[in-house]
Amino acid sequence: MDCYTANWNPLGDSAFYRKYELYSMDWDLKEELRDCLVAAAPYGGPIALLRNPWRKEKTASMRPVLDIYSASGMPLASLLWKSGPVVSLGWSAEEELLCVQEDGAVLVYGLHGDFRRHFSMGNEVLQNRVLDARIFHTEFGSGVAILTGAHRFTLSANVGDLKLRRMPEVPGLQSAPSCWTTLCQDRVAQILLAVGPDLYLLDHAACSAVTPPGLAPGVSSFLQMAVSFTYRHLALFTDTGYIWMGTASLKEKLCEFNCNIRAPPKQMVWCSRPRSKERAVVVAWERRLMVVGDAPESIQYKQLTIQVLLDRLVLRRLYPLAIQICEYLRLPEVQGVSRILAHWACYKVQQKDVSDEDVARAINQKLGDTPGVSYSDIAARAYGCGRTELAIKLLEYEPRSGEQVPLLLKMKRSKLALSKAIESGDTDLVFTVLLHLKNELNRGDFFMTLRNQPMALSLYRQFCKHQELETLKDLYNQDDNHQELGSFHIRASYAAEERIEGRVAALQTAADAFYKAKNEFAAKATEDQMRLLRLQRRLEDELGGQFLDLSLHDTATTLILGGHNKRAEQLARDFRIPDKRLWWLKLTALADLEDWEELEKFSKSKKSPIGYLPFVEICMKQHNKYEAKKYASRVGPEQKVKALLLVGDVAQAADVAIEHRNEAELSLVLSHCTGATDGATADKIQRARAQAQKK
Amino acid sequence: MAAHLSYGRVNLNVLREAVRRELREFLDKCAGSKAIVWDEYLTGPFGLIAQYSLLKEHEVEKMFTLKGNRLPAADVKNIIFFVRPRLELMDIIAENVLSEDRRGPARDFHILFVPRRSLLCEQRLKDLGVLGSFIHREEYSLDLIPFDGDLLSMESESAFKECYLEGDQTSLYHAAKGLMTLQALYGTIPQIFGKGECARQVANMMIRMKREFTGSQNSIFPVFDNLLLLDRNVDLLTPLATQLTYEGLIDEIYGIQNSYVKLPPEKFAPKKQGDGGKDLPTEAKKLQLNSAEELYAEIRDKNFNAVGSVLSKKAKVISAAFEERHNAKTVGEIKQFVSQLPHMQAARGSLANHTSIAELIKDVTTSEDFFDKLTVEQEFMSGIDTDKVNNYIEDCIAQKHPLIKVLRLVCLQSVCNSGLKQKVLDYYKREILQTYGYEHILTLHNLEKAGLLKPQPGGRNNYPTIRKTLRLWMDDVNEQNPTDISYVYSGYAPLSVRLAQLLSRPGWRSIEEVLRILPGPHFEERQPLPTGLQKKRQPGENRVTLIFFLGGVTFAEIAALRFLSQLEDGGTEYVIATTKLMNGTSWIEALMERPF
Repeated sequence: MDCYTANWNPLGDSAFYRKYELYSMDWDLKEELRDCLVAAAPYGGPIALLRNPWRKEKTASMRPVLDIYSASGMPLASLLWKSGPVVSLGWSAEEELLCVQEDGAVLVYGLHGDFRRHFSMGNEVLQNRVLDARIFHTEFGSGVAILTGAHRFTLSANVGDLKLRRMPEVPGLQSAPSCWTTLCQDRVAQILLAVGPDLYLLDHAACSAVTPPGLAPGVSSFLQMAVSFTYRHLALFTDTGYIWMGTASLKEKLCEFNCNIRAPPKQMVWCSRPRSKERAVVVAWERRLMVVGDAPESIQYKQLTIQVLLDRLVLRRLYPLAIQICEYLRLPEVQGVSRILAHWACYKVQQKDVSDEDVARAINQKLGDTPGVSYSDIAARAYGCGRTELAIKLLEYEPRSGEQVPLLLKMKRSKLALSKAIESGDTDLVFTVLLHLKNELNRGDFFMTLRNQPMALSLYRQFCKHQELETLKDLYNQDDNHQELGSFHIRASYAAEERIEGRVAALQTAADAFYKAKNEFAAKATEDQMRLLRLQRRLEDELGGQFLDLSLHDTATTLILGGHNKRAEQLARDFRIPDKRLWWLKLTALADLEDWEELEKFSKSKKSPIGYLPFVEICMKQHNKYEAKKYASRVGPEQKVKALLLVGDVAQAADVAIEHRNEAELSLVLSHCTGATDGATADKIQRARAQAQKK
Repeated sequence: MAAHLSYGRVNLNVLREAVRRELREFLDKCAGSKAIVWDEYLTGPFGLIAQYSLLKEHEVEKMFTLKGNRLPAADVKNIIFFVRPRLELMDIIAENVLSEDRRGPARDFHILFVPRRSLLCEQRLKDLGVLGSFIHREEYSLDLIPFDGDLLSMESESAFKECYLEGDQTSLYHAAKGLMTLQALYGTIPQIFGKGECARQVANMMIRMKREFTGSQNSIFPVFDNLLLLDRNVDLLTPLATQLTYEGLIDEIYGIQNSYVKLPPEKFAPKKQGDGGKDLPTEAKKLQLNSAEELYAEIRDKNFNAVGSVLSKKAKVISAAFEERHNAKTVGEIKQFVSQLPHMQAARGSLANHTSIAELIKDVTTSEDFFDKLTVEQEFMSGIDTDKVNNYIEDCIAQKHPLIKVLRLVCLQSVCNSGLKQKVLDYYKREILQTYGYEHILTLHNLEKAGLLKPQPGGRNNYPTIRKTLRLWMDDVNEQNPTDISYVYSGYAPLSVRLAQLLSRPGWRSIEEVLRILPGPHFEERQPLPTGLQKKRQPGENRVTLIFFLGGVTFAEIAALRFLSQLEDGGTEYVIATTKLMNGTSWIEALMERPF
């Protein structure tokens, strides 16, 4: 090479390109490529070829063949295609091969041709078939978009979390669009399609016509469109041989070019090198390749990270090499070696010729307690291969219950899941398993399971208390928990029943339960309550007014306030209200009524069990000193001073205190000697004190 | 800002910053303008983490309270529900989402579960057909909220009831998670002590969780030397007694919620000259109480009887400081005086507030009834006449004093007598049902289930043994210059704090016998540290103990622990964590059940 720039060709004014061979492909394919559906994974990933995809013959020799090669053409897998006709192939970001069939089924294969799973793009497709499909990549993952025979689009933005979106109809669309592509803007996947001279943008809500800015006139049809890998740029090829390049938002034109070739290109793609500022579109016809480019502002390209590199190695089962790289780069275990070991383990569980015990042991030996290894992921893989027992064995090594439980549920080992959830202490997890069990088991078995798990039982009771009251009753019944049943019926007597008879009946059930629980006190109290309820109803009928749901105490008070003293006394006798409380009750009610005459009569009915100080206090509270004084004289010696002070008789209080020779009382009186008139009294007390000290 | 969180031995601002960062990150995930729909219970605790300004910086334009039917109109791109993971809340959210006006501009929905995402709740949303409507469903692990430089709370009102009545350990799981978060920020705690069934379970969960995270080796130098987990039901007595510290009394009388108290406004009327007090403010005076306020930090933990002298001394200092202006002669002196003015004015405002509060409290504490109640409480706690019907309680019932007050006293008597004689118990219960209504039979059952009210088993009273061994009653208490924790209840030393004190010195081995009488196991666990992280204590350097009250803690207990922290030869400083800051009233309230 005599001159470094000799093999560079100019591209526009300021950019150059060159063509050179990176490496030659190991495969011996040449012309056959023409007859293949081809899909190359991004970042130098594998290449999938489906040969003879359009053959419909049933004979084995003529069936399509699916070959998977590495980027350098090393064969990785080859299998006969036994399923339906394939419309499109593509690789997901996780290097899974998605094969979209005409009937809308999408078959998913691993890098080594191992079948993973399948899903459908919707029932509608069964009838209308899939005309065309695209596999695309967004920040959420890899998506699939299909165009059906009815000229409708359906897409799923992330095949990992499949949600099908049927796009709105394009008005007046009678035939397939001349070209279309998927876009992704503001986190929403969209479809751009060309019909004659018009462009339409479809999102899940609407179909809108769009016009690229600065598009040359005279276009009657778009033949090709291409969107860049990052969804930032768009190129359109028209039937006038004109190329428009701009932003995918259709807000800005970057450049345009007229190539004067009117034939529809076979392929058009954006290409650019990592960290390069140049962007270009490569257009290919049967025997011609054209590079159209511009050199505008800088663009950041995401690099292939170490993590992705390791993932790629792992997918190619190059575990030792990956581990060596980790060790060389001194990656933290969690990101490095443990992750790779975990992948190795996932591969290991697929070795069907090794027994469950041996696989589990081998995995545990190699992985041990390596930080960051998820045994549940490995177990999930084992379960995916139909090895449930192995999965359970592997789960035993999993320290995180949160991870064990969902898989155990999936494997229908609900009871084991329940004990694992309980072990974790995570009540939410326990609830989840419980609701699962409730649907899975019949009621009897479910209750039996609960019985053996007290923690789960209490949680479920709480759930029922708020969500399923009847079930709560059944649970208590099953456990012969009569005390709680009693409380249950007490609550029910308030909540469910309006009529007195209904309430009394509920209370009777409660009382019976309390008897069974040997809680005589509660049973008797409940019976008293029933008696009171009936009585209150009668009082309302006979006397009018509100009695229901008053306490016994308040019922008696209400009666006295209404002037029904006899009835109040009868009530007190019937319910054995203690004398002391009855006196308080009457005293308070009569004072409230300011019925001083009745109060005095009452005070003389017999010797007060609460003394007479309360009488003094309550009269003073009603500001009736005159009445208060009547009772002050009757207060016993112990509280005499207090009573006299209450009615303001400081002098007499002093006399009593001096007589009692009680120091506390003396200082109490002294603290009340405030006015000028009390001067003499104060002196008297001081003298008495002095005298007392002399002795 | 939250400078008061960094005064202590452990800088709790680190935790606050961590949870604030987590919140910001979540808000930024929902790009564009947003409205927050609040589970009302969360607004108080969130206020301690982030003010509205932080939310506003992250494009929160509207806030609503979660309720049924259609959401209020708001021209925003995102609607975010901030909720506790509860089924009944999920039903409301579903109702909101389903009645969203389709004709209006499409709004993105998100849910932030506090403190934990719940499969159960997501299943409910799925059953209601709205799960797919949410773009982000995440959790915000706000377990322990920093209240003060040495105080963290989960503010979980129902934790005690759930744990001891309903067998629901959700709050214990959250507590364990909260402790893991603390360890992630402040290093692995090398030693765990505990007493009680719940304590044992939290420790088990922590050990288990640690095993789950083996991957991420904690390389932070440990700040805490040990952790003490205490079940509330090991000490049912303390919260029942009336707290006698300044802060404790404010809480007993007015209730402190998320560090705020609402007070009757009369005493805070601005003093204007020539104004006959015509327009007294009618709205309650709301004050924030924490150690950011210098004066409050000084008096909050004192016995109330020692507060007056501090206030009057402060008043003299402040007026003297203001007098200084007459001495300021030179321009330099005047300048210096003026520069101190804002600080002095703040101090004067603070003094005026606390003088008013102290007056309000004094009105209560000097009442005869308060004195009578206290006398009965103290008799019970010192073991006098605990086995027969008490006259004062009887009179309280007869006069229909507030039921909670009665229940507190009856429970106190029961606890101080290791349960009541059947006859006494039945008498009280009958009196309560007849006076306050038969529906309270459910509340009484709850109290019995929680062990607060019970018949004495086999006629044996263990309380005197416990009282004597742990020296729970101190006759010679010094309220002004305390020498023992018993000053916080003017004689009674809180059992829980005594256990902590004895653990620190001389160790629990000395009280094995009493520990066996108290409910639940006691235990010790070690969490091994890598050699590089093992601590070599300097001579004279105090240990730092994180003490976690499972089921709630009172301000008086906190005061007692702070007293121990400040002892010169104490050897241990405490950081306090709890499921809920509470007092006897709020505690009993949470255990009450009203069927209608």
